[in-house]
Amino acid sequence: MIQYIIKRFFMMVLTVLLIATLTFFLMHAIPGSPFDDDRTSNPTIQENLEKYYKLDQPLPVQYANYLKAIVTFDFGPSIKKPNDSVNSLLARGFPISFELGIITILVAVLSGVTLGTLAALRHNGIIDYLAMTFAVIGISIPNFILATLLIQIFAGELKWLPAATWQSPLHMILPTLALATGPMAIIARLTRSSMLEVLTQDYIKMARAKGLKPSRIIIRHALRNAMMPVVTIMGTMLAGILTGTFVIERIFAIPGMGKYFVESINNRDYPVIMGSTVFYSAFLVFMLFLVDIVYGILDPRIKLHKKEGESS
Amino acid sequence: MLREQVLHNKSTGKPTFEGKERMEEKILQVEDLQVTFTTFGGVVQAVRGVTFDLHKGETLAIVGESGCGKSVTSNAIMGLIPQPPGKITNGKVVFKGKDLTSFKKSDLRKIQGLDVSMIFQDPMTALNPTMTIGEQLTEGLRTHHKISRVEAKTKAIEMLLLVGISNPSERLNQYPHQFSGGMRQRIVIAIALICEPTLLIADEPTTALDVTIQAQILELFEEIQKKTGVSIILITHDLGVVAKIADRIAVMYAGKIIEIGTKREIFYEPTHPYTKGLLNSVPRLDLVEEELEPIEGTPPDLFAPPAGCAFTARCPYAMEVCNLVYPVATSLSEKHKVDCWLQDERAKGLFN
Amino acid sequence: MTNLKEVEIKDEWFKPKAKNLEKAEMVVRPSLSYWADAWRKLKKNKLAMLGMFFLIFLAIMAIFVPIFSPYLVTATDYPSQNKAPSMTHWFGTDEAGRDVFTRTWYGARISLFVGLMAALIDFFIGIIYGGISGYKGGKVDLIMMRIIEVLYGLPHLLVVILLMVVMGSSLTTIIVALTITGWVGMARIVRGQVLQLKNYEFVTASKSFGAKTSRIIRKNLLPNTMGPIIVQMTLTVPSAIFAEAFLSFLGLGISAPFASWGVMANDALPVILSGHWWRLFFPAFFISLTMFAFNVLGDGLQDALDPKLRG
Ligand SMILES: Nc1ncnc2c1ncn2[C@@H]1O[C@H](COP(=O)(O)OP(=O)(O)OP(=O)(O)O)[C@@H](O)[C@H]1O
Ligand code: SF4
Ligand SMILES: [Mg+2]
Repeated sequence: MIQYIIKRFFMMVLTVLLIATLTFFLMHAIPGSPFDDDRTSNPTIQENLEKYYKLDQPLPVQYANYLKAIVTFDFGPSIKKPNDSVNSLLARGFPISFELGIITILVAVLSGVTLGTLAALRHNGIIDYLAMTFAVIGISIPNFILATLLIQIFAGELKWLPAATWQSPLHMILPTLALATGPMAIIARLTRSSMLEVLTQDYIKMARAKGLKPSRIIIRHALRNAMMPVVTIMGTMLAGILTGTFVIERIFAIPGMGKYFVESINNRDYPVIMGSTVFYSAFLVFMLFLVDIVYGILDPRIKLHKKEGESS
Repeated sequence: MLREQVLHNKSTGKPTFEGKERMEEKILQVEDLQVTFTTFGGVVQAVRGVTFDLHKGETLAIVGESGCGKSVTSNAIMGLIPQPPGKITNGKVVFKGKDLTSFKKSDLRKIQGLDVSMIFQDPMTALNPTMTIGEQLTEGLRTHHKISRVEAKTKAIEMLLLVGISNPSERLNQYPHQFSGGMRQRIVIAIALICEPTLLIADEPTTALDVTIQAQILELFEEIQKKTGVSIILITHDLGVVAKIADRIAVMYAGKIIEIGTKREIFYEPTHPYTKGLLNSVPRLDLVEEELEPIEGTPPDLFAPPAGCAFTARCPYAMEVCNLVYPVATSLSEKHKVDCWLQDERAKGLFN
Repeated sequence: MTNLKEVEIKDEWFKPKAKNLEKAEMVVRPSLSYWADAWRKLKKNKLAMLGMFFLIFLAIMAIFVPIFSPYLVTATDYPSQNKAPSMTHWFGTDEAGRDVFTRTWYGARISLFVGLMAALIDFFIGIIYGGISGYKGGKVDLIMMRIIEVLYGLPHLLVVILLMVVMGSSLTTIIVALTITGWVGMARIVRGQVLQLKNYEFVTASKSFGAKTSRIIRKNLLPNTMGPIIVQMTLTVPSAIFAEAFLSFLGLGISAPFASWGVMANDALPVILSGHWWRLFFPAFFISLTMFAFNVLGDGLQDALDPKLRG
């Protein structure tokens, strides 16, 4: 277990470092100073600004400062919002984005797995057909399109739900739905195919031959095995949900990290871009790390811990 | 064809394994069983009228080429035919006087694993890789008898010892991948026997194992049968296995039993040309190697099986009548029956 | 039993049967070539065929509508802004009076172009990288795979966004950014297929090396290994189309006055609550339908090309 975790952890740090470096050099490859387009194009003011943001130092020093900033988790002040530090933006935005993300994942996984399982159990039946049609459609509609359509229908025409912001559970329905539909469809399809495969396995036949109740066979015997491919794609899915929050937060005017990130991109607020990118990547890589561990727990064949008395 | 009266056996108490009675009490009668599968390509007639019976404490071997319907027959007895696409279109499976084909699923479950158990071919896939051996052993027990965890565990340890696994109490917490193939098959057998069933169906229990392990597992079967008096239906390609532990042998071809008799009768007086071919196609001690000859050709398409004898296309003695009409069953002795036109008076003297 | 139904059994039937007649029973299904077989299977898949026809239709419209339309994609006409669909403007107009119909098909051009280019470039990079990695094997393979492993862990769209910020937004930079991150999956698949091929070559070469081997490789093996690669390409297209629309929607891609489905959806955002449904509906409808078509076609190809499922 320890060895496995250490190895994964090392990979994780490496990936974050890679992204951080990439971000740093990409940002510095942009010609000109970030203050070029400011109204105060007075050279002295610019110089002072650059001094304040430590942009006048040689690149290696800046890089070292930057790495230090990452390690100490202090990304400095925002350029375009002088009253805000990157940290304070993250601190304000992250909890909301996290909430959106977690609810989305829960909705996507729970309903995706249920739908996929039902479809597999009624293989080639009406439920299967409907679920899979829904799934292909769900995969095909981009989340930001779905979001705008949902607003137009449920907030615009029907006026059932609020169109924006993140205040009450009612406000959360549309954004979550828009963000969760795609991942849910992918999970449903994957669960179905892996469930169908698992249901033909001998151990399922054996469980039937024991006279077990169908519910026990599905839940205890089939589901855990069928979940393994689903866990493997969780990484890609999490990345998709994370980037999805950018557009969803923008569309629904949710004051999360994604909104600040998109704003920082649009007004070239480099410290915020860099800080958020590194934060996002670190968060994502950490989630992938967790997914790996979950996989290890689900599948006892992966040797997380060595036990005595193993044969073969 | 002979159609025997259904025997209704009233005794439902604990089986007694002593005395001659043992071989007489019929615990299973399969009558004219027919099973089909509906596929995209059409309807497969996998089993086309199988009739046999089984006595207490007896081992019946079912042999035949791949695809002849052995597994489907055994699944039908167990009530494990997936419906759809499968369907039992005709026949009865009378177990202890009750016709299982008329049972509801929930009633079937009360028999599955408790009275009738099954062992599958590949021990590598028959155990759930994500569950401990202990749970897989005890779950059947705990479903059928309302007993405590501790009692179940005691019984599980007892079973593991019976099938020859040492350190059972530690082994219970391990996962299948921590066992070798032979050990896994022992565990599968332990699972099948833990509720002390009256009938055990073993579908090629040794095919996936290497020869030495095979012998060990067969000995285990014999030993267990002696101890518990369980009746066994043993499905196999391997006539060596049959020679070792079967009492009677049924030979299947294209969804029908074409010859059935005691082990002695089948091995020394095989009558059906297919049975003869089958015996000639396996190495035996009393035959020199060069005499081995596999049966030429392939079994017929079960989407459209012939009306007459299905072996006609491959049979060296085929007559005009053979593929027109199915041969009547001929009883050669009390237990030896064969479906072949060669037994007809009119065919005598045709070949010699 | 039933088959005995009082059939009269004639004595003359009891004579040995003419043997040769029976050989006819073993009719073997004519073995079609891999591609013909795959095509036969694909044709049976109604949804995949529908997807394919829609894509052909889309391509034709994307090429010709912007050419023959009386309106220019970028032509503004403020007096007739935000007009609902009518005989003059089939899909209505936007806030600058631009013709949504023309813009929609122009958007189709962009989407298809981005999707196809991304798939093609991924394919070439993937073939080269995966080919070298699989062919060389050993240490080279190990290192190249480690690199891929690390790259695989990167959040792609995030990297693409960064690249777009740095390179500035244009169609070319979108394609470059997408392929910089996108080739990894293809390289993995190519490597796997190359390993399979190599294995096979090795086996046959050590047995007997005749003219037959190359024929087998060409006729059976190459098609088999191409299958997964083609499927991967078909599935790259919709994800590239999505990425382009996503970036344009965030203001990082194509920008007005030029049209892409993402841009059009973004422009429609402020007015969706004011009843101008056509502004959002048409780009939304076509992007979803296009992705749907590629997805079902990809699924169909996957089934048709899967060697495991071949009967
Ligand atoms: N679920 C199913 N759907 C369609 N056809 C089936 C199904 N199960 C079995 N069959 C068909 O029934 C026939 C008999 O199969 P069965 O598994 O009983 O053969 P078998 O004698 O056990 O062969 P083997 O020795 O290979 O195990 C085969 O032709 C098979 O194709
Ligand atoms: S019935 Fe005819 S074809 Fe069939 S086994 Fe007997 S002789 Fe051969
Ligand atoms: Mg079988």
